[in-house]
Amino acid sequence: MKYNLVCGFETHIELSTENKLFCPCKVKFGSEPNSNCCPVCIGAPGTLPVLNKQAVIYAIKMGLALNCKINLFSKMERKCYFYPDLAKAYQISQNDLPLCGPGFVELDSGKKIRINHIHIEEDAGKIKNESDGIYVDYNRAGVPLIEIVSEPDISSIEEAQEYIEKLQLTARYVRVSDARMQEGSIRCDVNISVKPENSDELGTRIEIKNMNSIAFIAKALKYEYERQVDILESGKKLVQETRRFNEQKNCTESMREKEDASDYGYFPDPDLSSICLEQEKIDEIKKNLPEMYYSRKKRYIKLGIPEKTANLLIKYVNVSDFFDLAIKNCKSPEKVANLIIGQIFSFLGSETEKESFGISILPKDLNYLVNLISDNKLNMASAKNLLSKALENNKNLKDLANKFVSESPKFDLKQVCCECVKNCPEAVKDYLSGKEKALQVIIGKVMAKTRGSADAVEAKNIIKNIIKEKK
Amino acid sequence: MSKNKGLIRKIHDALVSKKVSCFELTSWYLREIEKSDLNAFITVTKEQALESAKKVDEKINKNQEIGLLEGVPMSLKDNFSTKNILTTCASKILENYVPIYNATVYEILKNQGCILLGKNNQDQFAMGSSNETSYFGPVKNPHDKTKVPGGSSGGSCASVAAGLAAFAMGSDTGGSIRQPAAFCGIVGMKPTYGSISRYGIIPLASSLDQAGPLTLTVEDNSIIFDCLAVHDPKDETSCKLARKKTFDSLDSSIENLKIGIPTNCFEGSDKEVYNAVENAAKFYEKFGAKITYFAFPELDFSMPVYCVLGRAETASNMARFDGIRYGYKYKGEYSDVNDLMTKTRSEALGDEVKRRILVGSYVLNSGYYDSFYKKSLVAKNLITKKFAEKFEEFDILITPTSPTTAFGFNYAGDDPLKMQLADICVVNANIAGIPAISIPCGYDSNNLPIGMQIMSKCWSEDLLLRVAYKYEKENFFAKIIGGVQFEI
Repeated sequence: MKYNLVCGFETHIELSTENKLFCPCKVKFGSEPNSNCCPVCIGAPGTLPVLNKQAVIYAIKMGLALNCKINLFSKMERKCYFYPDLAKAYQISQNDLPLCGPGFVELDSGKKIRINHIHIEEDAGKIKNESDGIYVDYNRAGVPLIEIVSEPDISSIEEAQEYIEKLQLTARYVRVSDARMQEGSIRCDVNISVKPENSDELGTRIEIKNMNSIAFIAKALKYEYERQVDILESGKKLVQETRRFNEQKNCTESMREKEDASDYGYFPDPDLSSICLEQEKIDEIKKNLPEMYYSRKKRYIKLGIPEKTANLLIKYVNVSDFFDLAIKNCKSPEKVANLIIGQIFSFLGSETEKESFGISILPKDLNYLVNLISDNKLNMASAKNLLSKALENNKNLKDLANKFVSESPKFDLKQVCCECVKNCPEAVKDYLSGKEKALQVIIGKVMAKTRGSADAVEAKNIIKNIIKEKK
Repeated sequence: MSKNKGLIRKIHDALVSKKVSCFELTSWYLREIEKSDLNAFITVTKEQALESAKKVDEKINKNQEIGLLEGVPMSLKDNFSTKNILTTCASKILENYVPIYNATVYEILKNQGCILLGKNNQDQFAMGSSNETSYFGPVKNPHDKTKVPGGSSGGSCASVAAGLAAFAMGSDTGGSIRQPAAFCGIVGMKPTYGSISRYGIIPLASSLDQAGPLTLTVEDNSIIFDCLAVHDPKDETSCKLARKKTFDSLDSSIENLKIGIPTNCFEGSDKEVYNAVENAAKFYEKFGAKITYFAFPELDFSMPVYCVLGRAETASNMARFDGIRYGYKYKGEYSDVNDLMTKTRSEALGDEVKRRILVGSYVLNSGYYDSFYKKSLVAKNLITKKFAEKFEEFDILITPTSPTTAFGFNYAGDDPLKMQLADICVVNANIAGIPAISIPCGYDSNNLPIGMQIMSKCWSEDLLLRVAYKYEKENFFAKIIGGVQFEI
């Protein structure tokens, strides 16, 4: 029998708000353990939470970008369970009435992965195993999270990957999170089951907790699909449970049998008022949302940029923003794109650096450089060199380009070509007898005369014309 | 304004006129606390108190102006978080807990220059009505040491009544300010929910908890309330509106009051209590008040609603006490963190605390959520609405604070519900969120104080205090039993 994969995601994204969800502590990473907390986020008895409005706005932005209905009335609830990283022994979350209602993510194929809801909640602390004992670091406690709960609409590993990538892109485009898996600012719990191809009934659901890499998600899904199919094929039954992915052994293993939501004793947090929103406020947020990656892609393709290049540009929001600034009044957006994904990308190297895109080049200077090419004051090869030099030595690109242009010999390319053709009768003869390659001799002379600042392609065309006219 | 000044203004006058120095005054109180056998204090902050007193004296000696509350010695119930000062909630699990921050109430009083004498004994985590659930032993009633002071703010009330503090702060979730105030013959007010910041008060039931002043006189109560009824950005449930100063209208007239008496609150009251409160209500007739008796059947739901909602919130509020980061930690062997939490909590939480956690966890279980928690919320809203209706008809409602005067130790025996019923008249105000005050209105044949409870609509503490003040002015019943004596 053939089995279909059925998969849904619960994705946690850390919001990059200035402060934590319920106290004034800063949201920042890499601080000394327990240096970034206060009585509220360590759950000192008697402290009270005060909801950070910026977090609500960030969550609304994400909701709107994922086509969600925003609920005008929602409330915070206590999710009660004991765990050493949870100082209050309850997590303030949303259950009954979440902030964002149904929405969807559209894949490139046009398929829509439905989103059930998005809710706001606080992160827990971090347990650290050290050689001399187990410690808890509460720096992360109280960091605002959104949990995006999808419907079980994902039916392949590729779709799963694309879904997560689209969530990352969305979070980065609306600037609510850097959504970095390796740093844990986006984490997934994956629900997976299999069902016979022609069946409508969903199989027994297995949850894989805390996935923090797209590659692992793919491996875990593959393993789990095969494991579940094997069990069903052998006539046995699956148990609903929570499993974890073992990165060393490349397999999933059982953690515990799944609790029901009822075990959490959810109830409205009496310390917090309900979240009441006005439609006008939501409309205003919607109006001010940045242009999303999919519509930028369409726009780039219209500018004549190949789809593959466009995909690379929109992959990183900072790159796309930079590109948009650099192509203002630019005669050749494609050249700008090529310089970015060529010189600049190879200078930056890693994905993280491309994402943060911390370069010293100003978009308007790249624009200036490309316009010099269009105005025939500079050739592409020199432009590439100048750009690389500016990047590596942290130099001002515009100054470099101006200097280069002013120091280049002034010449009339057509006149130089004429002279060189005159001086190379042999080559002309060879060319006329069909040896295309012979032109290189003449071009070489042109380049030597202009000390490399002529555009070789243009020179070639001019030379061809001169020979043609002479004939 | 009035012919008699309250204790706070008397102390202020004495300090300003240099009849007594703040150091002397504070020393007197500390000596009386030391001498006392009431068990009203868990912690005495002697050194800090004397240190602060000296600073007040320096100001007075330099003839600098001091605030009304500056140099006034007071005490706090031991569930107010006090930085660097032991805060036990009268429990074993917090027997060694020293907070790293101050409750807003303490912060304000400290900034006003009040002298903290120490932290008062109470029922464990404020669960109880007799102060007998304290891990540090029961408090004795200063009027009769064989009787309880009431609870849960028993130590605070006993302190004020016994002249061990000029005033004290208590907290009231289901009557914990008013019932012990009545038992100890002093004035205790639970303001409208949201009037005084809850930040830093170790919670019992967050949606019902409210702090309030325990004082010898209504005037003192008004002074403390005015100083504390301010918005606190650290408490989302704290009222954002600027409040009128109740003190300014304390002596204004109260002509033609419409007084409602819900008869079901009088049922089951001792005869002496019944008569004293009824007579006290009639006092207002000479100002043209009209008294109406009526049945208020919805109040029968208040106690069950309190038990369900209160215990649900309590269960989750108590969950953080696990012995890992602070407080008492189980000293024997344990297998893992869950085992450690279980053993710590089993050993160090009192029986009443455990009972309430069990009930609370039960009603929050999703299988029972609808039939208990949800239904109770509906009933709470109904009671709140009914009260609002009553306050369209009446200015104030009057009931006994407690159906009895102070009872003896072990009164409820093995029946926790019997103890809970001591709060049958006071719990209503917590459910409806309205303000309520208990003032002394006489003594029974055993010379034990009787309390009258007055309730009014939300945010009308000015009216409530005015009405109470009018009574007190002509019928003063409070007295300081021993301790530091001021002629009132």
